[in-house]
Amino acid sequence: MSPSILAQDPTLADFGRDPWWLVLGKIVFAFAFGLLATLLGVWFERRVVGYMQVRPGPNQVGPFGLLQTLADGLKMAFKEDILPKAADKVVYFFAPTISVICAVTALSVVPFGPMVSIGGHHTPLQVTDVPVAVLLLLACSSMGVYGIVLGGWASGSTYPLLGGLRSSAQMISYEVAMGLSIVAVFMTAGTMSTSGIVAKQAHGTQLSIGGFDLPAPGWYAILLLPSFVIFFIATVGETNRAPFDLPEAESELVAGFMTEYSSLKFALFMLSEYVAMVTMSAVTTTLFLGGWRAPWPITLWEGANSGWWPMLWFFGKVIALVFVFVWLRGTLPRLRYDQFMRFGWKVLLPINLVWILVLSGLRSIEDWDSRGKLIAVGIPAGILLIATLFWPNRRPQPKPTTQEQVDSRPYGSFPLPPMDLQVPPSPRITRVVAEREPANIVAGSDSREV
Amino acid sequence: MTTSTVLAAAGGVSGGEEVTFWILAPLALIGAIGMVAARNAVHSALWLVLTMLCLGVFYILQAGPFIGMVQIIVYTGAIMMLFLFVLMLVGRDASDSLIETLRGQRVAAILLGLGFAGLVGSAVYNAMDKTTAVGLDQANAEGNVQGIARLLFTKYVFAFELTSALLITAAVGAMVLAHVERRKQDKVDQVSTMKARFAPGNYPGPKPGPGVFATSSSVATPARLPDGQLTERSTPDILPVRELTAQETTLKGTDR
Repeated sequence: MSPSILAQDPTLADFGRDPWWLVLGKIVFAFAFGLLATLLGVWFERRVVGYMQVRPGPNQVGPFGLLQTLADGLKMAFKEDILPKAADKVVYFFAPTISVICAVTALSVVPFGPMVSIGGHHTPLQVTDVPVAVLLLLACSSMGVYGIVLGGWASGSTYPLLGGLRSSAQMISYEVAMGLSIVAVFMTAGTMSTSGIVAKQAHGTQLSIGGFDLPAPGWYAILLLPSFVIFFIATVGETNRAPFDLPEAESELVAGFMTEYSSLKFALFMLSEYVAMVTMSAVTTTLFLGGWRAPWPITLWEGANSGWWPMLWFFGKVIALVFVFVWLRGTLPRLRYDQFMRFGWKVLLPINLVWILVLSGLRSIEDWDSRGKLIAVGIPAGILLIATLFWPNRRPQPKPTTQEQVDSRPYGSFPLPPMDLQVPPSPRITRVVAEREPANIVAGSDSREV
Repeated sequence: MTTSTVLAAAGGVSGGEEVTFWILAPLALIGAIGMVAARNAVHSALWLVLTMLCLGVFYILQAGPFIGMVQIIVYTGAIMMLFLFVLMLVGRDASDSLIETLRGQRVAAILLGLGFAGLVGSAVYNAMDKTTAVGLDQANAEGNVQGIARLLFTKYVFAFELTSALLITAAVGAMVLAHVERRKQDKVDQVSTMKARFAPGNYPGPKPGPGVFATSSSVATPARLPDGQLTERSTPDILPVRELTAQETTLKGTDR
């Protein structure tokens, strides 16, 4: 890696040196990114889900229906703003704003790109960075729960309250899984600042296959695959997206916590959901997919990781992740609530803990000589292998055929018709067709289909 | 390297720090007062959230970014959320009734509060009096997070473990108290429910209505089972089964 590219990596010392207009510009950019991502994100989701369901999706307003969300938003603004009589007025008003503020604030520590030069200032493409930036992200997502819970409570009716309760339990449980999967990233990167984590993912190991040196990506998505998978699942749970959209399960809770909301307040909830989706995609990109760094084939080009280009790679990765969110929604049915909770606490959490244990074990034997390493890894692996080999076999018995099941029924069971029962065709079917036929001919000749 | 301008430089008080303090300190106080004064339990919890958030920002201002964030994530995000959860379950109209349920509760509360304040105050005074501050530069020499981690896992590891043992004991105790244990053989899974349903002697479905697949639509005509035999269960028990007399079967002369 040449020093010119290394210099592109911002360190913590590079932050907090900008003039006020640059800071303001960056904040406005991050905010506009969130809003624009919502506008396009809703359109993107509806088009993609439409494609998956073999229908066109919104295609009337603007080119490719791009302005559909804008039109919907404008319409929403002119709707009547209903304040329920039983609502707690102040809390009812503040709940959507809390949601939006928390979702947008998280964007402030997401690195969009390396050091660039704006108006003569050498500055990183990131609003700010602190030594505990990832914790700031966690704090934002945990404060975002308040918006939903308070919205549900303040509405003063049952469905929103149930939705709020569900979401608080859900988001707290999945935050645990999320925080634990970030632990692996901390351990590997040795830092909690987002720009630092991106910088640590720059150097992958060199794979030499047949004489060629292939640079394997240093992405934590590959190094820490279990953490990545769990983190992404927890992200889906944290943003209340399908298949984990239980707080707003329409078949059970009407619209969950936002049942009573209308007009702009409802729009704010929608906004926060989509901003949170984009933010979480950006965070996943930053923590696991190398942030703004170009993926492998592009890195063959020297200037891929400098200047303004990295922003393009970053947006590409974010859009790919948003596509996965939409894909999940288009594919998977909603989980039942108890299954969902069991999945979070009994599957994700134990796997995560074991994985962290294994990872820290591997890291602590890093400095040993190769023989020690072999013993330390080989003996537990061997025990595990033997245990799986000799584990009592619980293969299910072959399923009996229907006839065997019928024969094995005890005497006095409910009587069944014979298995080879031939059902004769109903005499009525032919009659109906014969009667209808002339009517169709008449209708075809002198009347047109409307 | 570790001190960005967000964090106060150790020693002097910067302008930004002062401005933030004077904005947030009144807010923190208002939150504390509101917490005590609010009639509604959820409002009270929300005021406390405000205070905790302000405290979190204060920690960050005092060059303790880690503890500030942990304050927000753990206390505001998780613990207060659990409080809210319980309060919401209790019901939204759970307002205070200003009737003392325990005699002399207020006096005792004031006395105990004063005593606690005195204890904390004297402890802080003693700690400040006898120790010499080395300054943040030395404490944060290898980074704020690393410094805390080193202390937690070396000097205070026993206290740390003891606290977690206490928490786990509390959690296990809560589970023992709240969890209703059901014996394994009492649990009926879906397969055995179905087996019991289709066992001999138990009718698996809704009873067939009288007259179903029968030669007559009379309610007194028994239905036929799938294999063709008649079932007596389809006719209501209260129907008297009797033969009609000749008088009853003759025409009444109304069809003329």
